[in-house]
Amino acid sequence: MTKEKFDAIVVGAGMSGNAAAYAMASRGLKVLQLERGEYPGSKNVQGAIMYANMLEAIIPDFRNDAPLERHLVEQRFWIMDDTSHTGMHYRSDDFNEVTPNRYTIIRAQFDKWLSRKVCEAGGTVLCETTATGLEWDSAGKAIGVRTDRAGDVVLADVVVLAEGVNGLLGTRAGLREVPKSKNVALAVKELHFLPEEVIASRFGLTGDEGCVIEAGGTISRGMAGLGFLYTNKESISLGIGCLISNFAETMERPYALLDAFKRHPSIQPLIAGSEVKEYAAHLIPEGGFNAIPRLCGNGWVVVGDAAQLNNAVHREGSNLAMASGRMAGEAISIIKSRGGVMDKASLSLYKTILDKSFVVEDLSKQKDMPSLLHTNSPNFFTTYPQLISHAAQNFVRVDGTPKIEREIATTAAFLRARSRWGLVSDAVRLASAWR
Amino acid sequence: MKTAIADRIEDKLYQNRYLVDAGRPHITVRPHRSPSLNLLALTRVCPAKCYELNETGQVEVTADGCMECGTCRVLCEANGDVEWSYPRGGFGILFKFG
Repeated sequence: MTKEKFDAIVVGAGMSGNAAAYAMASRGLKVLQLERGEYPGSKNVQGAIMYANMLEAIIPDFRNDAPLERHLVEQRFWIMDDTSHTGMHYRSDDFNEVTPNRYTIIRAQFDKWLSRKVCEAGGTVLCETTATGLEWDSAGKAIGVRTDRAGDVVLADVVVLAEGVNGLLGTRAGLREVPKSKNVALAVKELHFLPEEVIASRFGLTGDEGCVIEAGGTISRGMAGLGFLYTNKESISLGIGCLISNFAETMERPYALLDAFKRHPSIQPLIAGSEVKEYAAHLIPEGGFNAIPRLCGNGWVVVGDAAQLNNAVHREGSNLAMASGRMAGEAISIIKSRGGVMDKASLSLYKTILDKSFVVEDLSKQKDMPSLLHTNSPNFFTTYPQLISHAAQNFVRVDGTPKIEREIATTAAFLRARSRWGLVSDAVRLASAWR
Repeated sequence: MKTAIADRIEDKLYQNRYLVDAGRPHITVRPHRSPSLNLLALTRVCPAKCYELNETGQVEVTADGCMECGTCRVLCEANGDVEWSYPRGGFGILFKFG
């Protein structure tokens, strides 16, 4: 491998790595990006919803040529029990704007595109190369990366660890811990192909309009988890994720959960007749603010999922990855332009920028939410969904029972299941964790 | 959903594209007489069903269908049950869509 030294090495070509590499390369830094997959995106998995603002901050005119699937005009939140769903749907023509806010994307295509932008900006992207370790000098500063390609260490002033939720370099070097099973969800998904017009008619969509469903309830069998259905142009991403700690306790099989979800009477008609072309699994950081590790040190920074930057409540992962990658890249560029050394003190500029941004502000706002949902998962994911379904059915079914008796039955069912104190305490804790 | 018929996991994995690094598995299980609870859990929790119990009660791994999610690493690396590396560059799962 090359003996030349780089300003920065970026490990990983996902959202955060591409954002960081682009931010630095476009400011004239000499950047080497390492990707272990055959092409950028070949190891990456996401639902996937992409938020426009975070990408606009990197590539303002991305809409000209980015591979976007559909812009979202409708969001459905479903609470499901075994035979029903109770839904809150929000659809607005306001989302049919010149610069829409949210798009569905297919990561393998999107990441290839963003990586092309990195190359156009002057970055060097080396695929099929697994980074195997960090290289340190005697003073304890990271000075490069070892890879599985024949040859020496590749040297750089700073290493950007954009290695994903399951990254090995940072954990092996003791810069952060392997995520705890209670702080990370395992999600499995399938890509169901259907003709474009079938998707349009099933969801009432025109042109590039898209619809997404996010669902909680008995589909996760008492575990803290969420199911999702996202419409792409000619396919539907269908998946479900739950905390690994819950999986280990319940010994549920993830693919059995997925199969039950897709055979649910509310989901089955939406994907009927589809052809499945891929089955994927991936981890999602769910620990929130309290799980964020040390973000920088002598000669290194960590960004994106590797830094556990994921908002579980609002289900934002890739946009925090893009934002943190861009901020790290900008901070490094500023330090470089001042002729500074990439040590712990100077690189803390990245942490300062990140702390002031929406990324950390949002995560800190809901820092108690993950543990609340995890410790009470059977109530929130099984008991309440069943109660809500019964309440809705009591309200709409007409069979001659006096209305007052039905209302009393509904109230009694809630009290029986959770007690007056339990209901109040769940509501208070949910509200305070949200604030 | 009274009758939950499940697809075979093999059929799911068959959709995927892999480049298997023959003879160089990226995951190994530490030899053991009886598996720990977490290691045993992997026989059900691994989304690619890479872990299976053999006739004599030990957990074995066949990583060919691995999607490199890291679930087993989260559950079993710290206690030493499982040793986990990434496949060599270019090998392993190659997502077409991701």
